[in-house]
Amino acid sequence: MTTIQHISTSRRIKDRVVQGLVYLAFALAVVPLVSVLWLVISNGLARFDMEFLTHSMNGIGARDANGGAYHAIIGTLEQVLLASLISVPIGLLTAIYLVEYGNGGRLSRSISFFVDVMTGVPSVVAGLFVFAFWILFLGFQFSGWAGALALAILMMPTVVRSAEEMLRLVPTDLREASYALGVPKWRTIVKVVLPTAFTGIVTGVMLAVARVAGETAPLLMTVFFTNSINNDPFNGPQMGLPLFVFDQAARPNDTAVDRAWTGALTLILIVMLLNLVARLIAWWRSPARGR
Amino acid sequence: MSKQIQVSSLDAYYGSHKAIEDVSMTIEPRSVTAFIGPSGCGKSTFLRTLNRMHEVIPGARVEGKVLLDGEDLYATTIEPVSVRRMIGMVFQRPNPFPTMSIYENVAAGLRLNRGRIPKSEMDGIVEDSLKGANLWNEVKDRLNKPGAGLSGGQQQRLCIARAIAVRPEVLLMDEPCSALDPISTLAIEDLMAKLKDQYTIVIVTHNMQQAARVSDRTAFFNLAEQGKPGKVVEMDETSRMFTNPTEKATEDYITGRFG
Ligand SMILES: Nc1ncnc2c1ncn2[C@@H]1O[C@H](COP(=O)(O)OP(=O)(O)OP(=O)(O)O)[C@@H](O)[C@H]1O
Ligand SMILES: [Mg+2]
Repeated sequence: MTTIQHISTSRRIKDRVVQGLVYLAFALAVVPLVSVLWLVISNGLARFDMEFLTHSMNGIGARDANGGAYHAIIGTLEQVLLASLISVPIGLLTAIYLVEYGNGGRLSRSISFFVDVMTGVPSVVAGLFVFAFWILFLGFQFSGWAGALALAILMMPTVVRSAEEMLRLVPTDLREASYALGVPKWRTIVKVVLPTAFTGIVTGVMLAVARVAGETAPLLMTVFFTNSINNDPFNGPQMGLPLFVFDQAARPNDTAVDRAWTGALTLILIVMLLNLVARLIAWWRSPARGR
Repeated sequence: MSKQIQVSSLDAYYGSHKAIEDVSMTIEPRSVTAFIGPSGCGKSTFLRTLNRMHEVIPGARVEGKVLLDGEDLYATTIEPVSVRRMIGMVFQRPNPFPTMSIYENVAAGLRLNRGRIPKSEMDGIVEDSLKGANLWNEVKDRLNKPGAGLSGGQQQRLCIARAIAVRPEVLLMDEPCSALDPISTLAIEDLMAKLKDQYTIVIVTHNMQQAARVSDRTAFFNLAEQGKPGKVVEMDETSRMFTNPTEKATEDYITGRFG
């Protein structure tokens, strides 16, 4: 015969200890995050002013304290936007193929394999590839577009993997409900499956954007470098915020180092802002809001 | 509206596994036909072959004929999508579209198939379908709330409304009441009695009383033995089946002396 048991003291103690360990692990994980944020904010606020956001480094002398990152901000925004325009449609369509049409066939298995391989490609290699192919072999000049190509290569596997995961989470029941209404497969995917997975896909895309927005190495070899404003991503060298930080931080003057900190702060703010926008879109589209 | 279904020597497979074998039957229009039988004997499988939903599962295939008013649904020239528009289906678990409101759920079949429909016409169809599914009074003040926010029974009736909104000829229901309370069950049974004036209805159920209450004809499915494909043991008027079945197996199953 079994009896109703009370929670023993040893279990209570174990519970407390494990709970403590979990909190400790959490604190350990948060320490670097907070300290990085704190460093960037405290050092970056000094130069975070209107001039920094609206001026380039054109004609700024080595010891001048003013100057700004407008050219780099524009460059980063354009490069990341172009990279997203390339990689999101391709990545999403690949994920749709893998989940809805692949059926674990040979093609889908080899695509999966190559996506995994791409995930492991170091960012320098993506930059080198675009440099060798687009600039040396095809003979185009350095441009924001070339940088976007390199960033797109880095974004693609993240987009595919996260979208794939989200699409697989959509219950088969929903697809069947749609088929049973006589809706063709492609309309089912567009009107039922994608909207259901929408929030998750947006989050995945944002993660991919955040990942590439801070890449320096591939930009060095593709967008090259400039101190002046170039609004046209298809012609001539551009700048990017990571490049700006890299360049300024390497200069000997304190004024330049200050600009580097502010550049880093701006980059973090841009990624956070993009995240916020994505969350707003997801919230606005979510069914729970009950329009 | 409402058509007759004739099935002749139909086999259904999942990959190499034969789930049902040599099923032949006639399903009459403007009536309720019930499928009963032990778990795993292929009732759902057979139901899904009637509107070509079976082949949606990877590796699944069908051999044999299903005639809808004389036309073979499995002829090579037939578009499966159009078959499903004519033969609607309600699933065992309620599955409203989570991203859509109650209104949009009911409108989904028409919107997704025919595109734009004038608002006034659509309002009429949604109201008629919800009334047809005995749900209108409960939801008329919150048509724009998410369909997933309804109770299980309400969700199931929402799915029925969604299925009848496209005006099918035949309505297939796979254990539509298995997750419902007695009152919702009663509401759906009343609904079937009402709908059979217009539709051919086929229902799978594990509830003998329900089969006896709602159906005009009943088919008893069974496995010859474990691991063998399912077969139709007997099919007859429901009143005959439940009082005076021909086969011993049917009587045993109905009276609960099974296995
Ligand atoms: N997706 C599937 N893939 C492979 N085999 C399946 C699949 N679905 C069903 N089967 C098999 O087909 C046979 C019939 O299953 P089916 O779902 O038609 O039974 P059922 O009579 O509806 O049972 P229940 O009353 O429990 O719903 C079973 O042996 C089952 O294991
Ligand atoms: Mg079943």
